[in-house]
Amino acid sequence: MRYIPSGPGDRKKLLQALGLDRADQLFDSIPKAYRLQRPLDLPPSQAEADLMTHFRELSRKTLDPHDSAVFLGGGAYRHFIPAVVDHLISRAEFYSSYTPYQPEFSQGTLQSIFEFQTLICQLTGLEAANASLYDGASALAEGILLAHRVKRRRRVVVAGCVHPDYLRVARTLTETLGVEIVEAGALEDGAASLKAVEKVLTADVAAVVVQQPNFLGRLEDVAPLAEAAHRAGALCLVVVNEAVSLGLLKAPGAAGADVALGEAQSFGIPVSYGGPYLGFMAVRSEFVRELPGRLVGQARDAQGRTGYVLTLATREQHIRRERATSNICTNQGLCMLAASLFMATLGKEGMRELAVQNRARAEYAKALLSRTPGCRALFSGPSFNEFVLQVPGDATRIHRKLLEKQIVAGLPLAENFPDRKKELLICVTETNSRAQIDRFARELGREL
Amino acid sequence: MKEPNAAFPPNLRYSKEHEWVRVEGSVGIVGITHYAQSELGDVVFVDLPEKGRALTAGQELGTIESVKAVSEVYAPLSGEVLEANESLRDHPEKVNADPYGEGWLIRLKVADTSELEKLLTAEGYQSHVEEGGH
Repeated sequence: MRYIPSGPGDRKKLLQALGLDRADQLFDSIPKAYRLQRPLDLPPSQAEADLMTHFRELSRKTLDPHDSAVFLGGGAYRHFIPAVVDHLISRAEFYSSYTPYQPEFSQGTLQSIFEFQTLICQLTGLEAANASLYDGASALAEGILLAHRVKRRRRVVVAGCVHPDYLRVARTLTETLGVEIVEAGALEDGAASLKAVEKVLTADVAAVVVQQPNFLGRLEDVAPLAEAAHRAGALCLVVVNEAVSLGLLKAPGAAGADVALGEAQSFGIPVSYGGPYLGFMAVRSEFVRELPGRLVGQARDAQGRTGYVLTLATREQHIRRERATSNICTNQGLCMLAASLFMATLGKEGMRELAVQNRARAEYAKALLSRTPGCRALFSGPSFNEFVLQVPGDATRIHRKLLEKQIVAGLPLAENFPDRKKELLICVTETNSRAQIDRFARELGREL
Repeated sequence: MKEPNAAFPPNLRYSKEHEWVRVEGSVGIVGITHYAQSELGDVVFVDLPEKGRALTAGQELGTIESVKAVSEVYAPLSGEVLEANESLRDHPEKVNADPYGEGWLIRLKVADTSELEKLLTAEGYQSHVEEGGH
């Protein structure tokens, strides 16, 4: 698709054809009270060279992750990205193209989507995955909507600690349908309490949602929660924030999940403020028609050659309009491709090795930081690459102090949980060297 | 059934949305009409309600997916679902081949037989289709 700007002559012709004098008449149907009655409050245009200088100055105000020690996770994870990933996604055939509306014309794009779906199925232990969603938070909303459609029940129970932003987004996207998201609340050593979940698991519950590892870094025992959900006639939705964990942990499908969904930013997509991110969703095959968004299938042509097609497109909004399975009619094409390339580059062994390294480094940091006087790992149960560190004193203040020394001391939990004032959520990945971890522990000791 | 392949069997009642119902005692058997299946094209999937679901007349009971589109099917009468035609799971093409016979969709326990009066007769439905079917 080319971008061809219109000139004043073109615009005049367009207006004439419409029988209008001015373009702003096009907005007459919007009540005047809701229209901005002045020009946008923007600075005047600048020369390209001046803009470059301006942005260089702005970038100096931000912390360069390569010159600092970043222990921040909480939904966005720093991982090494092999050069081949960016090299290949930067090819014009991929970089500039949108999700195709004449899809079978783009066999290469469809094949890459099919491979992404296959890899997600293998990692989640489920049978069908879609071509990706916007991000993990909207994937959770779509998972809840799926359960709501399948079960015709209006309540959803959240077990343990699910990313608070995900819950906010899910509530926003589902509340007008009458969906009520209930948090079971009580935790046992930072993980979901089966008893607390069972207490709220009534006959009008469509799904039990559990995050693995949970937002506080703790590993959840998914199987008993899935069994409880199934006993109550509900689905079990497993949310994955940190996709690298799938390289090591039992697959959600094997633990009883009906739907696994979440965020795959960890696979080859850099951490940037605000995204882009990459949602994924996989389901048992009986729910394949309830999967939101695009789905690519493998087929054979008349000569018996393998080809790829968009399949079950009759569920989608460009065909089914307001009755569509979801309002998503696109996918995160480029991010999806980056994730596929990342997974293919690492391979099965590499994915496992990456997960093992993350866990090993996080365990080293957990043990070391816990020896800092006054500090302790808040939970004793197993974690993956994140854990909660309790510090003596205001965690937000300590976090700020360490920032001056180019150390990002995780996420102060008080931002989301006002009662957790002395707690930092620390994330350690393969990008954090042992020297960095040692320096973090040393500087933390000095600040206390 | 006397004429399973005729387009408008006289022993059935019809909705304007192209469902048919045949009432035997307190049980209603529901399907889509010959006209509906021919408009839809090859049916590839049928999504039917579970046993025990209470339906009111005019409510969506399920969907039929053809190669062209997914369409809703509405309950012509109120009642509780007694049985869904499970054989359509593996053989959805029966809806095309035999819409008034093996392609039936659900059996329901009719709540109120007087609702039948609101449905079209074969003759009425035939003129509805001939007028464009909308």
